[in-house]
Amino acid sequence: MVNFVILMVVIGFFAGIAGSILGIGGGMIITPILTLAMGVNIKYAIGASIIAVIATSSGATIAYLNDQVLNLRVAMFLEIATSLGALSGAILTGVLNPRYLYILFGLLLLFSSYNMIKKLRGRKDPTNKKSNDKLAEKLKLNSSYFDKVSMAKVDYQVQNIPGGLAVMYGAGIASGLLGIGSGAFKVIAMDTVMRMPLKPSTSTSNLMMGVTAAASATVYFFNGSIKPQIAVPLALGILVGSVLGSRIMQHLTAKTIRLMFIPILLYIGIEMLVKGVF
Amino acid sequence: MDQHNNSTKDEMDQVALTIGKILQIGVIISAIIMLFGLILMLIDGDGGYANNYFPTNFSEVAFGLLTLKPYAVMMAGVFGLILTPVLRVVVSIYSFYKEKDFLYVTITTIVLIILMICFVFGVKG
Repeated sequence: MVNFVILMVVIGFFAGIAGSILGIGGGMIITPILTLAMGVNIKYAIGASIIAVIATSSGATIAYLNDQVLNLRVAMFLEIATSLGALSGAILTGVLNPRYLYILFGLLLLFSSYNMIKKLRGRKDPTNKKSNDKLAEKLKLNSSYFDKVSMAKVDYQVQNIPGGLAVMYGAGIASGLLGIGSGAFKVIAMDTVMRMPLKPSTSTSNLMMGVTAAASATVYFFNGSIKPQIAVPLALGILVGSVLGSRIMQHLTAKTIRLMFIPILLYIGIEMLVKGVF
Repeated sequence: MDQHNNSTKDEMDQVALTIGKILQIGVIISAIIMLFGLILMLIDGDGGYANNYFPTNFSEVAFGLLTLKPYAVMMAGVFGLILTPVLRVVVSIYSFYKEKDFLYVTITTIVLIILMICFVFGVKG
C-alpha cells in the first residue's frame, strides 16, 4: 500500500507540472497510465482523472492569480459557452454516437497541431496590438500580463470572439459527452482562434477546466467512481506539481511551451482517432 | 482612454488578489484534510471500512469523520477540492459586483446558474 501511495504521488507530481505548464488536465494521459500500467478499473481511473483535472486547475490558479497571468474576464465569458456545451453533451449522451465525435475532435486536434507547427516556424509570438475588435473592447477582454522571460509587460488584444465561443462550446461537448480533452481545446480556442498570447491562454485554460470539471465531479463523487486511495495521493502530488509547474511556466518562452504542446496534441489527437475508428 | 484602461486593470488586480487568497485558503484546507486522511490510512493500514468499501454520501462521510475513519477523512478532503472551483465562481460574482462591473456580474451569474443546472441534471442522471 505504501508503494502504491508513493507511486500515485510521483505520477501526480509530474502530471501536475506538465498540466499546469500546458493548460491541460491530463485526463487523456492519466487514465491510460492507471488502466494499462496499474490495472485500475476504468470507472475509478476516470473518477481519479476528473479529480486530477480539478487539482491541476486549483494548484495552477492559486499560483497564477498572484502573478496576474490569467485573464478572468475571458475565463468567465468563455465559460458560458463551455458549460452550455457540457450540458448539451450530457443531454446528447445516447443520442449522438461518440464515435463520430472522437473522429471529429481527433481530426481537429491533428489540424491544430499542424497549425502550431506552422506558428513555431513563423515569427515570434505575435501580440497583434493593432487589431481593434469591437466586441473584445465592449466585453473588456483585452488585457496585459507581465512576462518573466522578457521582463516586460505585454499588452494584448483578443479577436474573433464568435469563433472562440464556437470552439469552447465544442470543448464543452467533448468534456460532457466524452469526459476528456477539454483543456487542449480551450488552449486552441484562445491561442489559435482568438489570438491570445500562449501564456495567458494556458493559464486561463487551467482556471476554466476546473470550473467545468467541478460540475461533473460531483456526479462521479456520489456514484462511487472516486476511490479515495487512488484519487487522494494523486491529487496531493498534482497540487504540489502544478504549483511548481506554473512557476516554471512563467520562465519558459512561448516557443518552448509550444514545443511541449505539439507532441501532446498529436498524442491526444491520434488516441481519439483510434477510439473513433476501432 | 488610457487612464480608463489602467483603472480597469488595477481593479482587476484587486479582484484577482482577493479571489486568489480565498481560493488558496480553500485549496490548502482541502489538501491538509486529504493529507491527514492519507496519513491515517498509512498508520491504520486500511481505510476503516470492511471489504474496501468507501463512503460516497454526506451522512456516511460525516459519521466516518466522527470516528476518524481514514476513507471518510479523505473523501471529505476530495469534496472540498471539488468545491473550490465553484467557490471561485461565487467569489468572482461578488468581486465584480464590488468593482461595479455589472456586465460581468451578469456573465458570471449565468455561469453559476448553468453549473447548478449541470449539477441537478447530473444528480438525477
